[in-house]
Amino acid sequence: MALDNIEQLLEKYDNAETTLAEEAKIRAYFSRENVPAHLESYKLLFQYVKHTKQEQFTKDVPLQPKRTKMYQWISVAAIAVLMVGGYFQVHQMNQKTTLDDLSHEQLMAYNQTIEVFSLVSSKFNKGTDNLEALSLVSSKLNEGAENLSYIKEFNKATNKIIKSE
Amino acid sequence: MTQTDFVKLVLPFKDKIYRLAKRLLVSNEEAEDATQEILIKLWNNKKKIEDYRNVEAFSMTMTKNLCLDRLKSKQAQNLKIVHSNYEDHNISLQKQVELNDSLNWVSKIMEELPEQQKIIVQLRDVEDYEFDEIAKVLEMNETAVRVALSRARKTIREKLTNKHNYGIR
Repeated sequence: MALDNIEQLLEKYDNAETTLAEEAKIRAYFSRENVPAHLESYKLLFQYVKHTKQEQFTKDVPLQPKRTKMYQWISVAAIAVLMVGGYFQVHQMNQKTTLDDLSHEQLMAYNQTIEVFSLVSSKFNKGTDNLEALSLVSSKLNEGAENLSYIKEFNKATNKIIKSE
Repeated sequence: MTQTDFVKLVLPFKDKIYRLAKRLLVSNEEAEDATQEILIKLWNNKKKIEDYRNVEAFSMTMTKNLCLDRLKSKQAQNLKIVHSNYEDHNISLQKQVELNDSLNWVSKIMEELPEQQKIIVQLRDVEDYEFDEIAKVLEMNETAVRVALSRARKTIREKLTNKHNYGIR
């Protein structure tokens, strides 16, 4: 590249009017070994720039994947659900339902059940009445058994008499 | 977004973040810390990143803000970020020593620039950004970017010429 050409470019460069392509041209020019003495300062600058471009970041960066916090909250939510459930359970058990709370159909069913129960219980009582007769018979039987012992005694006595004969 | 996706996304510009951070903070370690912080911030907000059209420009803005904050807080504590990376340019060849020295001049001259000009020079000359991209990163208009860049380039060259001519270090 001609010298006056590069000087023009350098002037534009100093005024920050060069494009990136033109700057690349300048850099290419100054990467040569010999440049005119009055441009030596530019050469230093571009050498410095070339040098800095090669610097690299070599340090390792610890990248930890962020744990999603959602999973941690699931246990909390589960416990909350359990507590609420337990509370309602206890609440329901403590609550007493009266006849007034029942609906019409429930009341009918209740009454029918009660009727059936009272019927069963009256039949039961009749059964126990009949049992009383049985117990009378058994007491009479016992009385009979006591009378039998007399007969035993009598027998003994007759046996003795028969032996002595 | 998985870790590999993220690395793929970040890979093209993580060095740029580092270099910009180093331009502003000077020290290698500070720049590494800042870069790490930026990358972790990006990773933590990876869901939001997917919506951004230009993640790189966004990250560069983040880097700029973080580094300026750092500088400000360090100044408020009356502390300066001290860098110990003097052996940074490890070109071992004997004939490179002189050049190496001159490169240090340039970096020292760069350090003397105001923050904003540092960022602009870094983005334009080192990272080859277009003016509209720089304007986006810095949240200023293109003309202002051009003016600041021109000013910075002239300052650098003036100082460099002086040093070169007089051989003063």
